[in-house]
Amino acid sequence: MSVANISGKQVLLQGNEAVVEGALAAGCTFFAGYPITPATEISEVMSVKLPAMGGTFIQMEDEIASMGAIIGASLAGAKSMTATSGPGFSLMQENLGFACVAEVPCVVVNVMRGGPSTGLPTNVAQGDVMQARWGTHGDHPIIVLAVSSTKDCFDITVKAFNLAEKYRTPVIILSDEVVAHTREKIRIPHPEEIEVVDRIRPNMPPEWYIPYEDNSRGVPPMGIFGDGYRYHVTGLIHDVRGFPTQRADEIVPFLTRIHRKISQNFFDILMVETELDEDAEILVIAYGSVARSARRAVREARKRGVRAGLVQLITLWPFPRQILEPYLKRVKAVLVPELNMGQVSREVKRINQGMTRVETLNRIDGNLITPEEILTRLLKI
Amino acid sequence: MNVRHSMAEVTKLIHKYLRHDKKFPHVWCPGCGNGILLGALIRAIDRTGYEKDDIVLVSGIGCAGRLPVYVDFNTLHTTHGRALTFATGVKLANPRLQVIVIMGDGDATAIGGNHFIHAARRNLNLTAIIVNNNIYGMTGGQYSPTTPYGALATTAVYRHIEQSFSIAELAVTAGASMVARGTVYHATMLDRLIEQAIRKRGFSVVEVISHCHTQYGRRNKLGGAVDMLRWQKENAVRVEKAAKMSEEELAGKFTIGVLVDRDLPIYTEEYRKIREAARSRMAAVK
Repeated sequence: MSVANISGKQVLLQGNEAVVEGALAAGCTFFAGYPITPATEISEVMSVKLPAMGGTFIQMEDEIASMGAIIGASLAGAKSMTATSGPGFSLMQENLGFACVAEVPCVVVNVMRGGPSTGLPTNVAQGDVMQARWGTHGDHPIIVLAVSSTKDCFDITVKAFNLAEKYRTPVIILSDEVVAHTREKIRIPHPEEIEVVDRIRPNMPPEWYIPYEDNSRGVPPMGIFGDGYRYHVTGLIHDVRGFPTQRADEIVPFLTRIHRKISQNFFDILMVETELDEDAEILVIAYGSVARSARRAVREARKRGVRAGLVQLITLWPFPRQILEPYLKRVKAVLVPELNMGQVSREVKRINQGMTRVETLNRIDGNLITPEEILTRLLKI
Repeated sequence: MNVRHSMAEVTKLIHKYLRHDKKFPHVWCPGCGNGILLGALIRAIDRTGYEKDDIVLVSGIGCAGRLPVYVDFNTLHTTHGRALTFATGVKLANPRLQVIVIMGDGDATAIGGNHFIHAARRNLNLTAIIVNNNIYGMTGGQYSPTTPYGALATTAVYRHIEQSFSIAELAVTAGASMVARGTVYHATMLDRLIEQAIRKRGFSVVEVISHCHTQYGRRNKLGGAVDMLRWQKENAVRVEKAAKMSEEELAGKFTIGVLVDRDLPIYTEEYRKIREAARSRMAAVK
């Protein structure tokens, strides 16, 4: 766990370490967390590296406190992050909702492990896809990104911070135990090679600033504590000035706007990686560590004359309907392998509407889905 | 020592600090102690000389949690019990900000009890003001961790059988740098205690004994707001005087004043040393 500057170098890192490098490259200056397997290395490396870069690491008393602290830090101007696993992620949900409603940019990494409850702490799973979308109460939009490799962990963490800042929203990174702990060689880019987005700050005189005023982007400029733009931040539904409201003519425009700021920017947020998909007859839709088994399986299937292709989902929420629909219209069948009882496959079926056959391949025993398992199924379809 | 304000001065303070054109009337019941606390807080902040932009007022959920809405600072109304965690993030991200946290007794010591003891232990340079009215007021009068043994509440209609916390003593034990207790009856003293707490370097706590005549007083036949204020007057004993009194004389009374004032390492200053150590280690690796 060196503290040396590794930008521009080839390094051997595990996924969790690459998440830290990505966060620091994106400008993260504040991290609050609570130890939990298999996410702990993120806290450990942050505690070493952040102070050296002038940032702050704090180990809080629990995950609820960690989530509260990163919201507070973001409101005071820091790019902030926390990292946890399923049980801790459950605890963060209420404050995550606060970040959605108060429009506070921050990044939450959930390194998924087997569940429910304490579940299978050291085993891989993908059971938190729906929790990431619907874990907190009420209607709100959210951005959820899934990582599948060490390189992803770096690149997607940078993207997560950029999206959080751009849209003033929490962004969740779903990693999993295999991605987190697999060591791979990656090249850390130089800072000048990385696109970093910062939140838009108000530039009008403070007395003109209306903190939650709608604009064409649906994302108001964000005043931070101490910069002269004093306003009220609350988890209550608020008017454009930030004060609690119960007026229907203020509630509806507000909730509509926070949905719209994500929905009207779908194509900026949606990320997928495709392979051999152009002429595919059978499409595998996968994400996280399973996407890597799927990639191998698709290549093997091609060698055996099966026209298989892969769409790897990086953005899980908002669900990439617009990207998947053309495939669903075209291919003979879709296979969705995942390490749960069928959380993404259910979403695929929802948007499929009878266009094609949707097959599932699920594993819930805490072990990886192997390329062979996916290949076997591909050969049978 | 008492600083008295003329009406003109009070009006000036109101115009300077209250969001008077936006958010009044307030949500509190007539006679509630929160209004007195709000006045004391504004006077205390005014005397410390901090600019409005330097102050961040954080609160949890409940009657006391609504206080920041009315005051023109950077204000943050958080989730129930979690005010201190948000405040921790604010303070660490920008240590120059003066962070003041307003909580109720249920907010701070039930759902937020864990955060409270750890914030005290950690000793960030924050001020926590805890309004203790012995009940959950906003949700309609359920018992809280400070509801006295034997009292009545909507969730204790057969009488309360739990022992109550002493918030201030809990803060002393948990390691806060400064701990004080005041009442809304002793309003000028409250000004001074809050002022001292804001000026204090380290985690400072002011427990404010208040009254909920609507939910607690009425149910327990303690009279109206005036009767409950009179109770505060008659049962509060200054710590200096209490030191000379016997246990029998102190039975049923509570102390007011500064309970502890000590200098302990401050988190943000300690963390600055961590940064220096980390930088020199990084330089050594290069």
